[in-house]
Amino acid sequence: MSDTRTLTEPRGTVAKIREAHRILAQDGTDLLYIDRHFLHEGSHHAFASLREAGRSIRQPALTFGVADHYVPSSPERANEVTATMIDRLDRNTRDFGIDSFGIGDPRRGIVHVAMPEQGLSLPGTTIVCGDSHTATHGAFGAFAFGIGASEVAHVLATQTLWQMPMPVMRIRIEGQLPTGATAKDLALTIIWRIGTGGATGHAVEYDGSAVAALSMEERMTLCNMTIEMGARSGLVPPDDTTFEWLKGRPMAPKGKAWKSAVAEWRALRPDPNATYDKEILIDADDVSPMVTWGTSPEQVAPVDAAVPADADPDALDYMGLAAGVPLTTINIDRAFIGSCTNGRLSDLRAAAVILSGRRVVVPLLVSPGSDDVARQAESEGIAEIFRAAGAEWGASGCSLCVSMNGDLVASNERCASTSNRNFKGRQGPGARTHLMSPQMVAAAAITGRITDARTMAPQDCLGDPS
Amino acid sequence: MSGMQTINGVASALPRANIDTDQIIPARFMSRSRADGYGSQCFYDLRFTQEGTPRADWPLRHLSEGPTVLVAGENFGCGSSREAAVYALMDFGVKVIIAASFGDIFQSNAGKNGLLTIILPAAHIREIFAMLHVDPEMQISIDLPGQRLCAGEINISFEIDARLKYRLERGLDELSATLELEDCIVAFEAKHLGSSAWRVPLKPEPRPD
Ligand code: SF4
Repeated sequence: MSDTRTLTEPRGTVAKIREAHRILAQDGTDLLYIDRHFLHEGSHHAFASLREAGRSIRQPALTFGVADHYVPSSPERANEVTATMIDRLDRNTRDFGIDSFGIGDPRRGIVHVAMPEQGLSLPGTTIVCGDSHTATHGAFGAFAFGIGASEVAHVLATQTLWQMPMPVMRIRIEGQLPTGATAKDLALTIIWRIGTGGATGHAVEYDGSAVAALSMEERMTLCNMTIEMGARSGLVPPDDTTFEWLKGRPMAPKGKAWKSAVAEWRALRPDPNATYDKEILIDADDVSPMVTWGTSPEQVAPVDAAVPADADPDALDYMGLAAGVPLTTINIDRAFIGSCTNGRLSDLRAAAVILSGRRVVVPLLVSPGSDDVARQAESEGIAEIFRAAGAEWGASGCSLCVSMNGDLVASNERCASTSNRNFKGRQGPGARTHLMSPQMVAAAAITGRITDARTMAPQDCLGDPS
Repeated sequence: MSGMQTINGVASALPRANIDTDQIIPARFMSRSRADGYGSQCFYDLRFTQEGTPRADWPLRHLSEGPTVLVAGENFGCGSSREAAVYALMDFGVKVIIAASFGDIFQSNAGKNGLLTIILPAAHIREIFAMLHVDPEMQISIDLPGQRLCAGEINISFEIDARLKYRLERGLDELSATLELEDCIVAFEAKHLGSSAWRVPLKPEPRPD
């Protein structure tokens, strides 16, 4: 690929960002400069290998840590491992001069919730983290992707990463999401249609009137789930919604730097006639509340449908379900609201609308996405709605999205969950996970079975129920 | 990391699609340090029931350690980016994985650690599964410099990224190689951060205690 070609041809946003970060190319692989590197407890392998090789860190000022994966949502579920992992992150970041949001730091939360809140995830940047859901930050018009431990060590030591240019897939979403259909349902609908391999190896670039209409929180949910289509990253080109959300965030640029940043960011919109390696069109009007019935996010159906007749027998066996069973007849044992997919304030608000004035009949754990979300939920009275409904209001963190912090779904227990993966064992060995939106989990927790949240009118309206 | 030229070893079939990294190494084992070894945890929940008894349906139950060559179903290593999945397979004894497709991050992690992943057309994978069904002790040989794979009747070439091949053959680690380009990185960085001051995050205001 010659430089003259890339400079004159119409380009999409991903191509613009890649080119602005290419230091050099060798045998078709680019060496990219990394603007932001986020760390969580899982970085211990990378620090161990750096220490062993006696290496230093190139840009601590562009590196930020946060404790999330191992943070217990309740002190009773804390254990030796959770404490050790959190301490290890503290020690590693302190030793290498990295700002890290540990326990007690008011900035702490799930990495994909807390970093955007602080204004660290910006348009036109390259963002990496040793976590596949780093795609979330693409909501800001950043080229953001998950990396492995060797790459974490590589970025720490060099602030760069080798990457082969990836094909770019454009997903255009036109129309309008119907009432009761959320960004989570939109993401699950796309996965339903194209499968978990539908975007394998691609960087996804979103576009269309329905995407432009999404709030930043909804864009984050959509980009977050993009990884479940097999993509490496998901990106929404930045616009006024993005800039308004970022303005005034603690670590976002201010004053003159803000103005020149916005001017640069406006140029990131895809050029008219930009070409893509693959394109699909989705009609937002067709989206309805979705529920997974199997052990992969593509094993999903609208809530008013049944488990498909040709469902994978292995998934059915694990899930303890039979083909043809209507989804709304499936009883659940517990419920979870939280995670980097659906742990933001808008998600908690949506669930609270359903829960307000009602009681849960199965245990519901709510873990806010960050301490900031927790504080706002307390001050808005949402936390009180959860408590009054009989839910457990836990500390912020990855919680029941991943069984490594003391939160666990027991074997054969069925959990309605707002997280992003229904893989076998994800919420605990033998745990059965049904993914859905926050309002759908709230509805399921109230009735004890999978329920169409659209049929539950708010009892006790909390401001605007939209 | 030691260099790799040819590999000739016993192959085993794991004919299941979408084996995600949660299944390769369950999250609860990931706080271990690398030096402790991950081999005995590899595929743990697929190998054992919750009571700890071996599962009758585990395709590799006849093996006490991993096969040199693992032939897997499509989309092997999808899901979480955990590199521990690669450590687990390598510590289990696996040197090469052959599949019709892989999870991207898994495949990249594998390359960094010297675990060779080879993509073959699905029809060849099915043929190899069939051959392994007849002869579970069958050997597969891989010639990395020549980029050829030989399994029974099948003798075909495979694709591999040139930079990765170079490093695997010589057992070089990527980081050391990149550090030799430091001058280029420094020059690029000065321009990149200098011309767009907004790229460097503001230091947070000191917090009131
Ligand atoms: S909430 Fe879940 S998906 Fe998100 S970062 Fe934590 S473990 Fe990963």
